[in-house]
Formats: sequence, C-alpha cells, structure tokens
Amino acid sequence: MSNNERSEPAAGGFIARDRAWHPPAFHAPYKSTLKRSPQAALISLPTSLGEETGPVFGHSLLGEHDNDLLINFAKAGETAIGPRIIIHGRILDERGRGVPGALIEIWQANAGGRYRHKKEGYVAALDPNFGGCGRTISGEDGSYVFRTVQPGPYPWPNGMNDWRPAHVHFSVFGHAFAQRLITQMYFEGDPLIPLCPIVGSLPTTDAVETLVAALDKKQTLPMDALAYKFDIVLRGRRQTLFENRREGL
Amino acid sequence: MVQSLNAWRESPSQTAGPYVHIGCTPNAAGIEGIYAEDLGSSLISGPVAGKQIEVVGAVYDGTGTPLKDAMVEIWQADAAGLFNAANESRGKADENFTGFGRAACDQETGEFSFQTVKPGQVPWVDGRLQAPHITMWIVARGINIGLHTRMYFDDEASANADDPVLQRIEHQNRVPTLIASSEGASSEGQATYRFNIHLQGPNETVFFDM
Ligand SMILES: [Fe+2]
Repeated sequence: MSNNERSEPAAGGFIARDRAWHPPAFHAPYKSTLKRSPQAALISLPTSLGEETGPVFGHSLLGEHDNDLLINFAKAGETAIGPRIIIHGRILDERGRGVPGALIEIWQANAGGRYRHKKEGYVAALDPNFGGCGRTISGEDGSYVFRTVQPGPYPWPNGMNDWRPAHVHFSVFGHAFAQRLITQMYFEGDPLIPLCPIVGSLPTTDAVETLVAALDKKQTLPMDALAYKFDIVLRGRRQTLFENRREGL
Repeated sequence: MVQSLNAWRESPSQTAGPYVHIGCTPNAAGIEGIYAEDLGSSLISGPVAGKQIEVVGAVYDGTGTPLKDAMVEIWQADAAGLFNAANESRGKADENFTGFGRAACDQETGEFSFQTVKPGQVPWVDGRLQAPHITMWIVARGINIGLHTRMYFDDEASANADDPVLQRIEHQNRVPTLIASSEGASSEGQATYRFNIHLQGPNETVFFDM
C-alpha cells in the first residue's frame, strides 16, 4: 500500500532518541562502563532508508515451544524447577499503537539465579531442564506471551557484594533497524532494584518504573502460574504533516 | 494545564550483559536443541547477485583488549542497493539475501565474521547517493545502550568522498575509523575486509545517533 492510499499522513523519519531518558554510556558505579563507553559525542543525523527498514522475521521462524521456557529445554514430560510465571504484554510505538510482527527474544537465569553459560561463576545449581532462552513474534495488536520460571537474583563481580535483582533480558526488533532495543524487565516489589548499579544507570526513577513488570493477578492461571505484565515501547515515526527537508539534511 | 500529547516514551535501554549469547545466539553459546539455528547466522540462502565478501573484525575496549562477550549485528542493502524489508518500495531485493547478520564475538579471541555481499548504493534523505556501507550495532556487558555505527569500504574512495553522512562528521580525521581495509582474498577466494571497532582511545570509532 502506498502512502497516498492512506487517509493518514505518510510516515516520516523516526523520532530522535531522548538520550537523557536512556542510561548514559558511562556510569561509574557500573565498572564495566569505564573502558567500554565512547568518549566522543555521538553524531546525530536524521534516519534514512538504512535505519527506516529492517529485517522481516516470519512465524515460520518459530518452533512450537519457543516461547515456553518451562519445557523448551526440558526432557519429555519434565519441566524447569521454580515459580511458574506468565510474562505478557504489548509492543507499542511512541503513539501507543500496537506493533505487530515484532520479534521478541528473552534470556534469563534459572530459579536459583544461575545462567547456563561456561563463564558463569555462581555456585547456584544448574537446572537440567532449563535452557534460559525463548522467543516469539507479536500479534496483530502487538501482544506477546511467554511462560517461564521466575529467575532468582544473583551476585556479580562489580563491587565486593553486588547482587542483580531478578530480571529477564529482552531483545526487540520492530519494523526498522532504528528501533532496535535491548533492555531488562524487573519484578514488582523486588528490594534489590534500587540497590543495583545497572538499574542505577537509568537517570530517573520514572525510567526505572517503566522497566518494572506489574503482578497481574487477573491474568494468573489459578493453581498453575502467576502473571506479570510488561509492555515495551519502541521508537515511533513522525507524521509528515508538512515535509520540508533542507538540502543536505 | 494543557492537553496530553498522548505520547509514550521509548522503553529505556539496559545493558545486554555478559550472557547476551544465551538469548541471541544460543547454539554458539552451547545451548543446543531449542532453535534449529542461530538467528542471522547466514545472510545468503542461495545464489546471489553481486560480489560475495567476508567481513571480519573485533571490538576493542579503552585498554586495547578485544571484547569477548560482545554481539555484533549488521543490516545492509543487497548488491543493487535494495533492502529485503517489508517497507522497501523501490523494487524487489535479492530473495536469496536477507541483509541481516548477527555474530557472537569469539569467546577466546573476540573476533567476529560475516559472509555477505558488497552492498550497492542507497540514496540518503536528500536523494544523494551514499557510498556502499553496512550498518552495525554493537552490544555487550558495559555498553548501556547499543552502539550504532557504519562500515564503509577502502576501495570506494571516490564514493566515500561524496558520501553525505561521512561529509557531516565534524572531525574529518575520524572518518578513517569507519572505513574497512581490504585484506586480500580468503581461502575460499572471497575478498576480505577488516573492520575493527574501538570503543575508546585515539582511534575511537565514530558512533551515530540516528
Ligand atoms: Fe542477567
């Protein structure tokens, strides 16, 4: 469908990222950022075709249990150990509209706080039935759902005694490479959230709150799994109400 | 009081952490049997138009140490300058070329590599042609928000000189940080280009806010 056939204005370039809302590259309490943060200013430019397009991931990519971490690595008839939870929500743009067809990939520690990774050094036990990754594609209204176990908190080498709050890592592809985003989901009520140097890289408590999933009692499966709701907002496009691009911009 | 703008704020970024490969390239991380293959592990699915190339490199921190826990993604046009994207309206891209690649940096050496094709030229927002380039996105532990850069080619000197993005970089002495160097042919006979990314230091790569 060409833009001319729509009743709404054509899509313009992507709305610039609010860099004061995102974490800065350098945040001293998170020590790994010291030698990994660029020192020069980013070069700010409008989005062009290469940023306004992105790869297409179809449902044929997905296996039957890709979004069910309880069983996608488990032996037949068995499930991962830990509190069973549903994580559901919607992928939205900056105008609040659902983003269909977004690829969502997640990874997490097991219920004991242990990752399945050869460089992981925490003493907590591996769960032979838990791999720790899942993926899905959002529906027509931007909705998605995963089933998993609630991950445990874990200690990490930063300060002498730093612990990550329980979290799930999210990677999201919208429709354009400019929307590419990796973030983390935290759990309502976790006392470790305000103590974490990685959470603390977020400049405001408002930003932190947008990453804390709410317990969603209404979506709970009785006698089966608690539910948490986590919406993710991707960059949106300007409407080209009156396009006036200057030469060289 | 005024009316609400009905605007939602983009979800803020958080670091991908040291275990990004569990979620994004689980097979490379040793977690096999969940996904048949890692997403973006091949860009080429059949006979493709254009020149097949290999892109190799590593991501270096401010001490000159290669990152062993980074993940690099690339997005590019095909040899004709068309994107294999739902909203590509200028023509139909090569159906055997996805344009999207994802690589886990090697856990011992930090090296990444992509088998791809040399991209064609794509117009910028003002219609001028950009030089052939590959968009790159880098995440790792200690990177709070994904870093967006571009790789250009050292055998495209005249196109690079006319590139509207390269021209807009204030410190022109930093432009070489975006230009990959030809390394001759690989064992399979393909041209190989090296693109090392420096997060800090005198050769700090130019990163974009686009
Ligand atoms: Fe983590």
